[in-house]
This record gives sequence, C-alpha cells and structure tokens, in this order.
Amino acid sequence: MTEFLQQIINGLAWGAIYGLIALGYTMVYGVLRLINFAHGDIYMVGAMVGYYVARWIPQGTGLASFLSSLLAAMIVCGLLGALIERLAYKPLRHAPRINALITAIGVSLFLEYAGQLLFGADPKFFPNLIADKVFLQWHGIVINQIQVLIFSVTIVLMVLIHTIVQKTRLGKAMRAVSFSHTASQLVGINLNAVITFTFVLGSSLAGAAGILVSLSNPKIEPMMGIMPGLKAFVAAVLGGIGSIPGALVGGLLMGLSETFVVGYISSTYRDALAFLLLIVILLVRPSGLFGRSTAEKV
Amino acid sequence: MLLQIENLSVHYGAIHALKGISLEVAAGEIVTLIGPNGAGKTTLLRTISGVLRGSSGQILYDGFPMEMMPPHRIVAQGIAQVPEGRLIFQNLTVLENLELGAYSRRDRHGLKVEQEWIFHLFPRLQERLSQQAGTLSGGEQQMLAIGRALMAKPRLLLLDEPSLGLAPALVQQIFKALVEINRQGTTLLLVEQDAYLALETSQRGYVMETGEIKLSGKSAELLSNPQVKKAYLGQ
Ligand SMILES: Nc1ncnc2c1ncn2[C@@H]1O[C@H](COP(=O)(O)OP(=O)(O)OP(=O)(O)O)[C@@H](O)[C@H]1O
Ligand SMILES: [Mg+2]
Repeated sequence: MTEFLQQIINGLAWGAIYGLIALGYTMVYGVLRLINFAHGDIYMVGAMVGYYVARWIPQGTGLASFLSSLLAAMIVCGLLGALIERLAYKPLRHAPRINALITAIGVSLFLEYAGQLLFGADPKFFPNLIADKVFLQWHGIVINQIQVLIFSVTIVLMVLIHTIVQKTRLGKAMRAVSFSHTASQLVGINLNAVITFTFVLGSSLAGAAGILVSLSNPKIEPMMGIMPGLKAFVAAVLGGIGSIPGALVGGLLMGLSETFVVGYISSTYRDALAFLLLIVILLVRPSGLFGRSTAEKV
Repeated sequence: MLLQIENLSVHYGAIHALKGISLEVAAGEIVTLIGPNGAGKTTLLRTISGVLRGSSGQILYDGFPMEMMPPHRIVAQGIAQVPEGRLIFQNLTVLENLELGAYSRRDRHGLKVEQEWIFHLFPRLQERLSQQAGTLSGGEQQMLAIGRALMAKPRLLLLDEPSLGLAPALVQQIFKALVEINRQGTTLLLVEQDAYLALETSQRGYVMETGEIKLSGKSAELLSNPQVKKAYLGQ
C-alpha cells in the first residue's frame, strides 16, 4: 500500500510536468488547429536557458536562483514561441493544413540541430539548485522538496492560465478565436495579436516545464524534448485536444500510468506506453476525455 | 457619403467573385442589396469588413480609404457586421458574446448604455445572459448576433441575411428592431433573400447578379420594376 501511494505521488509530480507541456499544445491547437511539433523543443530550450542562468547566479542561493532561472526560461521561451509563430506559421495561415504541419516538424528539427550547434551535442548537467531532501514523511510515504516545488509551480501556473483564459479580455478573445477566426475579426479582435499571445503563453509553460524536469533529471541535451514532447502531445489528445482542463488531466494520467508501468511492469515499456495509449484513444474516443464531440469547425 | 465603393474587384484564386462593383451608402440610410445565391453579396460585405481583400478598386468610409485596414481597426472605425450564418460564439455565454462585441471599445461607461438598448430591443437576451450561446434557438441567436454587433456602437451596420431560417413572426420582429436601430442614427447596409421585405424597409436598393450590379435605385421604384418583380418578387 505504501509503495502504491508513493507511486501515485511520483506519478502526479511527473504528470504535472506533462500537463504543463500539454497545455501549450492544446492552446495553440485551439486557436490555429495546428499541432505545434516544435513545442517539445521549446521545452528543451527552457532547460538550456535555465542552465546558463543558474550558472551565472552565485551558488547556494537555492530558491532564488531557481525562481530566476524559471522566470528567464519562461520569458525566453515565450519570445521564441512568438518568433516561431511569426516566421514559420503565420505565412501559412491560409495554406492547406498539412503545409503547416510539415513546417512544424521542420521547425522542430531546426531547433534540435541549432541546439546541438549552440549548446553542443554532449549532455550538460543542470546545477543542483534544490537539494533532493525529504520535505514530508508520513507512514513511509515520502514527498521530497523538488516534488513540492513541482506541485506548487504547476498549481500557480494553472491558476494563472485559468484566470487569464476565463476572466480577462484577452482570454475571452482567445476563446472566441478558437471558435471562429472570421467571427473574431468581425467583432474587432486583433487576430494576429491573440495568436501571438497564445504562443507566448503556451511556450512559456513549456519553458517552465523544462526547468522543473531538470531539477530531478539534471542531464540535459538538445534532443531531450523529443520524447516528453510526444508524450505531452498524447496527453493533450487524451484530455481532448483544445481543452485546457483536458490537458492537465491528460498529463496527470500520463504521468501516473508511466510511473505504474515502470514501477510494476518494466521500465522497458515506459516509452511504448504513450504510443499504446495514443492508439487506444484514437480507436475508442478520438475526441478525448474532455473533447467536444461536435464536428470540427473550420 | 458614409460609404463609397468604387470599381471593387475581388478574386478567390481564379474565381472572379466581384467584377468592378460601385455602390454608395449615405449616412442615415437603409440600403438593401438583393441578388441570387452566389451573386457575391457575402463577398462584398466581408471585403468591406476587411476579412477579404479586394484585388482592385476603392472602399471609402467617410472619405478615407479602408482597403488596407485590418478588420479589427475597421470595427474600431465604426463598421460592424452581422455575418451570414450568425457566427455567434457558441462556446461562450450570451453575456460574453455581448462583451466581445464591444472588444474594440475602451469606454467602459458607454457599454452599459448599449446593453440597456439591446435588452430593450430584444428582452429575451436579458433573460438568457448566462446561457451558453450555442444552446439558444435560431431566432435568439440572430438577436444575439445583432446585439453583439450593436455593442461596437457602429455608425454603419452591415447585415448578411438576418432573416435566414426564421419563422415569419420572428422576421417581423427582427425587421422592426432594424428600423428602430436605424432611427437611432445607425446606417444600415442590408443583404436579404426576402427581397420584398427588404425593399419595403429600405430607402434605396441594389440588385447584384454574378458579381455585378445589375440595377439600382429607390426601393419603391425597384419594387415596381418588372425585372425585379419577375426575378425576386415572384410576381
Ligand atoms: N472561399 C471561397 N472560395 C472560392 N470561391 C468562393 C468562396 N466563397 C465564395 N466563393 C464564390 O464566390 C461567389 C460569390 O459567393 P458569395 O458567398 O459572396 O455569394 P452570396 O451572394 O452571398 O450568395 P448566398 O445568397 O448564397 O449567400 C460564388 O460563386 C461562390 O461560389
Ligand atoms: Mg451570402
């Protein structure tokens, strides 16, 4: 039982990170009907930015240097997302959707190889900002400091995103754009601004996820975004792509099932699980858990 | 002239949808545009709103050229549209739809005034403020589409087939509201399938066929024009 509860906690911490990445997929899909395959690589850039920022800051400042690398990664990734949208996707807004999809794969490869050029292909080791100490222990179940940090940052960011999307003027515009570009333009929404803003939000979340992962898996390298990117994409599909609560729930389920597979079956099957899940969802419920069952609007 | 269109052409790829249209709307008028399916009426309204781009010609609003202006600035300049098929935001509430209608406005105080005016025109909207717009009936959705456009406080309101798919009693109600909106000082450019009702309501009209203006004149004259009678009034 203790073992089981421990797995749940580990799975949730892992899943929270998938949820953060999945949110970016789902928000961009919402406004553009585009799967931004470069999203996982933005997460890699977040980890890299954090690495360089954290090395700059004097050691031993723990939380402060964590927060500054988090902030830096979010800002750089947000800007990078906006840049990618402007340069790669905007010119294709009226082209057939497959063109944008292929471009997304191209952007992803570009980031990976530009990353090798810029950061080197060899793995780097993310500085040990937060000690891997026990935060809470209860009947043998352990929550460590890093997990607490992952949960707190994720909750804060989720509440922030939820508030932006549900309560603010720009959030309402995002929801309007995800319903219809034409109708949004006709009520006076600046379509380009809203789409750019969506990329900034989604990409900054990926940047945050990059930092959070690096705390417990400090080995970072330019290809590190591929697998988590794919899995977060599956999480977004599982939750119902386009749905914001769906992305979070999908991410958590993904993290939980992965942890259980590793804990009770074998770590060999860890990566296969995501693809198995994807196949099952597409067969059983293509619209995902929270997906709208209505036909897709164009 | 509030709106002056000169020699406007619009293409969809190789399809020449508008072939040199010229049309004028004076401030305070109700002008109607009729024509068969595929004539290019929706194309014209969308080009005025900036959602589509013309390939040549001019659109002057209050004397200023608008062809290059992005759609959101055109709304801010005072041109709102009730689009074909209503296109209300079905995933949002009635209130949120109205709020989005005022997206281009900054004067928070004025919004309340507009809302009251819309509730006066369509009391049913007020009862359904927190309802998901997608669950409204067809007539209510049309009221919401008009209300949403009014929230922008337009000087010129473009309407694309507001009577489409509505029962006769509702059509009457909508047209009564349109006349009232016009009396309050909003100029209307009205695209309609129901040619009789549209010409009865408007002062002037244009007849468009396959991307060209075929006839224009006072509505009363168009109503008694033999060609119009034959093709649009079923007489
Ligand atoms: N997106 C598009 N791509 C290609 N052709 C289009 C497109 N939209 C409209 N057309 C063509 O342009 C012409 C004018 O269409 P439009 O929708 O403006 O007509 P309409 O007068 O509004 O017709 P209706 O009364 O049926 O609404 C038609 O021949 C139509 O097929
Ligand atoms: Mg039409």
